[in-house]
Amino acid sequence: MAGNTPSLSDICTQVRRDIVRMVNGASSGHPGGSLGCTDFLVKLYFEEMHIHPEEWSMDGRGEDLFFLSNGHISPVWYSVLARRGYFDIPELATFRKLNSRLQGHPATEEGLPGIRVASGSLGQGLSVACGAAQAKKLLGEDRWVYTLHGDGELQEGQIWEAALYAAHHGIDNLISFVDWNGQQIDGAVKDVMSLGNLEAKWSAFGWTVLQCDGHDLNDLDRIFKEARAAGGQGKPVVVLMRTDMGKGVDFMEGTHKWHGVAPDDAQLADALGQLNSALSDY
Amino acid sequence: MIDFISADEATLDGLTRKDTRSGFGQGLLEVGQSNDRVVAMCADLTGSLKMNAFKDAFPDRFKQAGIAEANMIGVAAGMTIGGLIPFTGTFANFSTGRVYDQIRQSVAYSGKNVKICASHCGLTLGEDGATHQILEDVGMMKMLPHMTVIHTCDFEQTRNATHAIAQHEGPVYFRFGRPKVPIITDKDAPFVIGKARRVMSGSDVTIVTNGHLVWNSILAARQLAAAGISVDMLDMHTIKPLDEAALLESVSRTQCVVSAEEHQRNGGLGESVAACLSRHQPTPQRYVAVNDQFGESGTPAQLLEKYGLGPDAIVQACKEVIAVKQGLPA
Repeated sequence: MAGNTPSLSDICTQVRRDIVRMVNGASSGHPGGSLGCTDFLVKLYFEEMHIHPEEWSMDGRGEDLFFLSNGHISPVWYSVLARRGYFDIPELATFRKLNSRLQGHPATEEGLPGIRVASGSLGQGLSVACGAAQAKKLLGEDRWVYTLHGDGELQEGQIWEAALYAAHHGIDNLISFVDWNGQQIDGAVKDVMSLGNLEAKWSAFGWTVLQCDGHDLNDLDRIFKEARAAGGQGKPVVVLMRTDMGKGVDFMEGTHKWHGVAPDDAQLADALGQLNSALSDY
Repeated sequence: MIDFISADEATLDGLTRKDTRSGFGQGLLEVGQSNDRVVAMCADLTGSLKMNAFKDAFPDRFKQAGIAEANMIGVAAGMTIGGLIPFTGTFANFSTGRVYDQIRQSVAYSGKNVKICASHCGLTLGEDGATHQILEDVGMMKMLPHMTVIHTCDFEQTRNATHAIAQHEGPVYFRFGRPKVPIITDKDAPFVIGKARRVMSGSDVTIVTNGHLVWNSILAARQLAAAGISVDMLDMHTIKPLDEAALLESVSRTQCVVSAEEHQRNGGLGESVAACLSRHQPTPQRYVAVNDQFGESGTPAQLLEKYGLGPDAIVQACKEVIAVKQGLPA
């Protein structure tokens, strides 16, 4: 990128700083999955989606839409929305505090721009996205609907109801990503409730299945192109995205232990020391 | 509207009987014809919900959900984004208890303009038994912030209410039923959400009722009239928001009230009535409702009788509450 425009990589680092600062500031929240999905959400919002952050509307007519089904990773979404211009960056400091628009889990009740449905109780976002994607078709809009899900979230039965529905109705303007980090609150997904052969499951449900590295911006660039090329052919598309929970902060990486735990001040200082940003903190 | 007290038996017997679900089906077709933003979904009960006319007229705007109600509610929530007005259809049991969290998070908390249309409510579902006879749905739905809760009494009111909820912005729980019941409302009477319909005027006791119990309350009022007791009757088709003004005006004259509904006493219309009166105008009340029991198989008439929702039970409740008002032993 030219001039003073920050690189995607710079933005990712700053978003990671925002995440650990927000969670520390609230003494609660979910840093692990947030850090793991940072590269994906930055790439999605800054380069992939056709959106008008400055003219936010609930209906999003003419825009691509995104639904965060695993709502507990709200810190990364809030940071990306603010950095992309949906609301003022200093508002990130209100995360999880009384009278804030930045609720613990994403909500529409307080009117935060960028959020179109509440999420947090898991397994509901894919259904909502199916409806939004069908609405795009009924309204004659040639636009994409994206979703993100935790891999542990796939244990919810409603996900598979929605998977059947999307394939049956040929919802081919829908591209879903699975945050495939192999971790959930109680431990490794394979120990808590094994998902078995995830690729075969989605394929058997009638979806086009792709895979990518969720931390390699070049691979993310490739997968968005491939996913959209695979769309529009009568089948929904799912991307199994390999990530590391806690990516970017060494003591949080690769473990479920930082799923929903806030760093204390010393741990925050350690984390920030590993995240040198060219941008400014809120 | 006929005078239900003075009308002879032959007049009442001559009333056309239709099911409220057919009123929904007719209303849905009509709102589909007048508003192309209306879309509909059903979870494998299209015939039972009388949604086939809409489906045949607007195949692109009808989405079959299969036997997957949780997903249906979520899809409907998503369809509102962009301005469509989705109507979901399945039995009342599968419209509420089965999908409570989906309604709570994706519809009510998210303020989505979804119309949850629920047939086969209550005991009058009949022979299928208690697994399908939900009697708790009004309670669950009225507790949700942003949710409007409506329960209609006949074909025409249900048809008209379908128009009203299509025009209303916000989530609605719309409850109706299976059996054929007399048509007692005017087909041209506009349905006004939140405004009780006066069924008859009287001075001795207020009956607040809705749904299939409106007809039983009319039969009860005829018995009471023969005994010299005059009934003031409100069809409280909208349970939330409750028409408190109409209720308070009526009891200010009668000084006692009977609530009559095809629902559990806990969480139902009578509870909403009591909550209003205890705040504004404490008033003796008797409840005609199911008393903390599950239903069972039987014909609708048998079940209403056995569970204390028949005309005789309403008569008895009215006599008791009048006695309380008069300071006599009930």
